[in-house]
Amino acid sequence: MTGGTAGPLLEVQALRKTYGARLVLDDVDLSVGAGDVVCLIGSSGSGKSTLLRCVNLLEDIDDGRILLEGREISDPLVDQREVRSRMGTVFQAYNLFPHLTVLDNCTLAPRRVHGVARREAETRARALLEEFGLAEHAGQHPDRLSGGQQQRAALVRALCTEPSLLLLDEITAALDPELVGEVLAIVRRLAEQGTTMVLATHEMSFAREVATTVCFLHEGRILEQGPPEQILTAPREERTRQFLRRVLPG
Amino acid sequence: MLVATAATVLVVGGLVLGVVSSPGWPTVQETFLDPFHARESFPAILDGFWLNVTMFLIAEPLILALGLGLALARQSRSPLLVPLRAIAVAWTDVFRGIPTLVLVFLLVFGMPSLGLQGVPTSIFFWATVALVVSYSAYVAEVFRSGIESVHPSQLASADALGLSRGQAMRFVVVPQAVRRVVPPLLNDFVSLQKDTALVASVSLFDALFSARDYANFNFNYTPYVVVAVFFVVLTVPLARLTDALGRRYAERERAGAR
Repeated sequence: MTGGTAGPLLEVQALRKTYGARLVLDDVDLSVGAGDVVCLIGSSGSGKSTLLRCVNLLEDIDDGRILLEGREISDPLVDQREVRSRMGTVFQAYNLFPHLTVLDNCTLAPRRVHGVARREAETRARALLEEFGLAEHAGQHPDRLSGGQQQRAALVRALCTEPSLLLLDEITAALDPELVGEVLAIVRRLAEQGTTMVLATHEMSFAREVATTVCFLHEGRILEQGPPEQILTAPREERTRQFLRRVLPG
Repeated sequence: MLVATAATVLVVGGLVLGVVSSPGWPTVQETFLDPFHARESFPAILDGFWLNVTMFLIAEPLILALGLGLALARQSRSPLLVPLRAIAVAWTDVFRGIPTLVLVFLLVFGMPSLGLQGVPTSIFFWATVALVVSYSAYVAEVFRSGIESVHPSQLASADALGLSRGQAMRFVVVPQAVRRVVPPLLNDFVSLQKDTALVASVSLFDALFSARDYANFNFNYTPYVVVAVFFVVLTVPLARLTDALGRRYAERERAGAR
């Protein structure tokens, strides 16, 4: 699966997160090696999105540690911007910037955070937009695009900074069913190219196809994790079986 | 179409007829609508009006900059900027509460009497400052409502890309906020244009003071109507321009306009 020489790319240790009195994540351990595709599954409110938001430091954690490339990033003294600039995040609701063109959406972070020259940033963004079938939309504003196109643009925006880790938070959940395929095709291609990804998803067949590891979350805990064929076909836990019976047809 | 025309003619005609047939109409026509006095007072009012326009053109950019600065100061989260935030809150509370005319009096008469070295004593200067101070408080609140109307997910997205808070404000939040508040900002600027006439009360020869000067000398109020026309002519193009700007943004950025 991984080279294994430099240790895991991302490591979550005994992570605990509460909102007031409510425990959202409890004693979560997760290890993601370079090139891994980790799928987080579980019902709504199980903590999948919160886990992703903790990893890219959008949420403060209550306990535990998060390490990126061996360095603790959950330390309050760490430069959060620098950490985030090494990760790409795509949200369920795209969150593109409506006042900027697709191209400007994609070049904002490379130019302002990574100090890439405008021409260079645009060349790279155009190449990625081309690759993902959005070349003719580069000059348009996001609201002129379909949901699937917007989500693909959001993926390109996240990729433009050449992140070492990609976090995808239920990126197909807000899409019409016929648009889901075009977005998943891109994620599939990224997986084949060896992009390291952690994704929360409701698409079980997709998880089975691309994941190297599937984690089943229940009430803020990772109840079980393992290769997709094991978790999705022969789960150990009764909760997992119940969940799969609800979401898998037949 | 026909019905609309007929209805308009009927209503407007009725109103005009009502005014014209009132018992005092001949007197009103003589004292307010005298073509001779309109012509005679016109050059002086035009001269004075340039003072209103100049004051407006100087004050408007200053108000925009100061208002945005105040709004951003109120949004800041940095502990270092707490004093600035407090000043911004106090500024809005105090200067929005004082009637603009009172502020004009206080600054125009108060500041020069401090007798400080290097403090200008010009009435024009302090009257302009009074307008800037008063309107910046309003405009700051307009900007603040615009900034707060931008969805938090936009900030989360900027955070996730590694942008600093300042960069997120500058490249993501403020551009969206400004587009949204253009109509209420225009409203404040129309109001500002009119309030430049307040300086007539501190004896600056603006359009209104010139008109009053003429009216008092000739016992005829027609110059006031001339002043009113001047201000209307100034505001209408500004309103159309803003409508056009709003439409352009809408067409470019909203799917619904397609």
